[in-house]
Amino acid sequence: MSPTRPVNQRAWWFVLPVLISVAFSALVPLMTIVNYSVQDILGPDQAVFVGMEWYQEILRDPELHGALYRQLIFTAAVLAIEIPLGIALALTIPERGWRSSLTLVLLAMPLLIPWNVVGTIWQIFARGDIGLLGYALTQLGIDYNYSQHPTDAWVTVLVMDVWHWTPLVALLSYAALRAIPEPFYQAARIDGASRWAVFRHIELPKMRGVLTIALLLRLMDSFMIYTEPFVLTGGGPGTATTFLSQYLTQKAVGQFDLGPAAAFSLVYFLIILLLCFVLYNFMKEQR
Amino acid sequence: MKRKHSRLLLALYLAFTLAPIYWMVHMSLRSNLAITSTFAWLPESLSFANYATIFTDAAWYGGYVNSIIYVVLNTVLSVSVALPAAYAFSRYSFLGDKHLFFWLLTNRMTPPAVFLLPFFQLYTAIGLMDTHLAVALAHMVFNVPLAVWILEGFMSAVPREIDETAYIDGYSFPRFFLKLFLPLIKAGIGVTAFFCFMFSWVELLLARTLTSVDAKPIAATMTRTVSAAGMDWGTLAAAGVLTIVPGALVIYFVRHYIAKGFAMGRV
Repeated sequence: MSPTRPVNQRAWWFVLPVLISVAFSALVPLMTIVNYSVQDILGPDQAVFVGMEWYQEILRDPELHGALYRQLIFTAAVLAIEIPLGIALALTIPERGWRSSLTLVLLAMPLLIPWNVVGTIWQIFARGDIGLLGYALTQLGIDYNYSQHPTDAWVTVLVMDVWHWTPLVALLSYAALRAIPEPFYQAARIDGASRWAVFRHIELPKMRGVLTIALLLRLMDSFMIYTEPFVLTGGGPGTATTFLSQYLTQKAVGQFDLGPAAAFSLVYFLIILLLCFVLYNFMKEQR
Repeated sequence: MKRKHSRLLLALYLAFTLAPIYWMVHMSLRSNLAITSTFAWLPESLSFANYATIFTDAAWYGGYVNSIIYVVLNTVLSVSVALPAAYAFSRYSFLGDKHLFFWLLTNRMTPPAVFLLPFFQLYTAIGLMDTHLAVALAHMVFNVPLAVWILEGFMSAVPREIDETAYIDGYSFPRFFLKLFLPLIKAGIGVTAFFCFMFSWVELLLARTLTSVDAKPIAATMTRTVSAAGMDWGTLAAAGVLTIVPGALVIYFVRHYIAKGFAMGRV
């Protein structure tokens, strides 16, 4: 948003359809969850107000601390790999011609597969006896078994996420690169700038807006990852790949503790919100 | 990066992208017995029996039809409501605009597990359960904010002088917006439509919660390949291969728009 826009309160009318359509499906469930989180639900028509009790309970839950810790490390690894790799790939995609089209279509393919199918395919793909990846690793003499070794399972989920989502970063960065006008490059050539200097002082600043969206999307989506590890490892072995969503689902569906699960959801939501807010403001200040 | 190095990086990455997809195609051409018992670099024979199952069973191909209906409905609705809003954010300053802009994105941050229950209750209460419209509306929660953010970037790249010249020339606002302004941001609309399509197409939890029979999506149909006789891996893989097709067509058509620029360097 440019800082010099004229004030016009009637612009609210333009925003109204968005507000109604989003609020309709967002506010009612959010209020319901807030409502659950302060009550002990005993039956369909029986609920007792318990105030902050559930919040105190879940904030002291050691299993939740474990899941949160695993989640933070996982999300940090996802961002540390996918963002630089995505930018590097964007720089290598051909600029025009059929090669460019083919590369874009091939790159986008993992994005288009439903999430449960992603998990199922990797489940076979990584198996040592019948899967391409697992078989190849075993043949190379590497002791790899994602359903037995916690580290293998964790790395497999991470590699799967890199496979699944790096194309998103690459596509966004590629589009931003294509939008840089040619005169910028000409000026750099006249100044005799190195390839690195062109990247650092022309391409990277021009990509910042798009990278903000890519970073925020990857941050919030990886923080809520659920379907893929659920299908691939079921959160195991042990709790090696039990991230926050997985643990929340076990609590809400498995143990049917609706009150604590609702309180958990809200704390979870606030953590994501806080991280995104900090990142968003950090990226804005860099401008 | 030197040209040679960058070609190598891209080639290696594409091999990495295609390996699991190759394995999915590979599985889709084999029988369940062959998949679970022996390893083979190439499928022993080319059998299209798994694909035949999908194309002849209404429970299977009906899933694709349902998914396409609600995904298209969602994409059209999301882009339509996002267009005027993105215009307002890019052109005017109004009370609470910055907060509202960020609030939109917060609607993508709710962990689905527990939120599924209130969604179910809400859509049951308004009598939309098991309809395509229900899924399309529910998916707007995460697609509309994204559409507004992307479109706002494109619109801000269009100089404001264009709007002013149009008013001086006597254009009414709707005519200016539809006839002059929208064609200028075609690229942005194409890219936005692709992202809305993609996120709605791959979402499973909400789509499954809000449907049972009439509007059941393909991703949910696939979870039914687990039976007493074990997993039907072959059919599942064939269905997986087919889920890539619609999205690949969409990206093929919008590829030039993507190449023309995503946000012209600003958000």
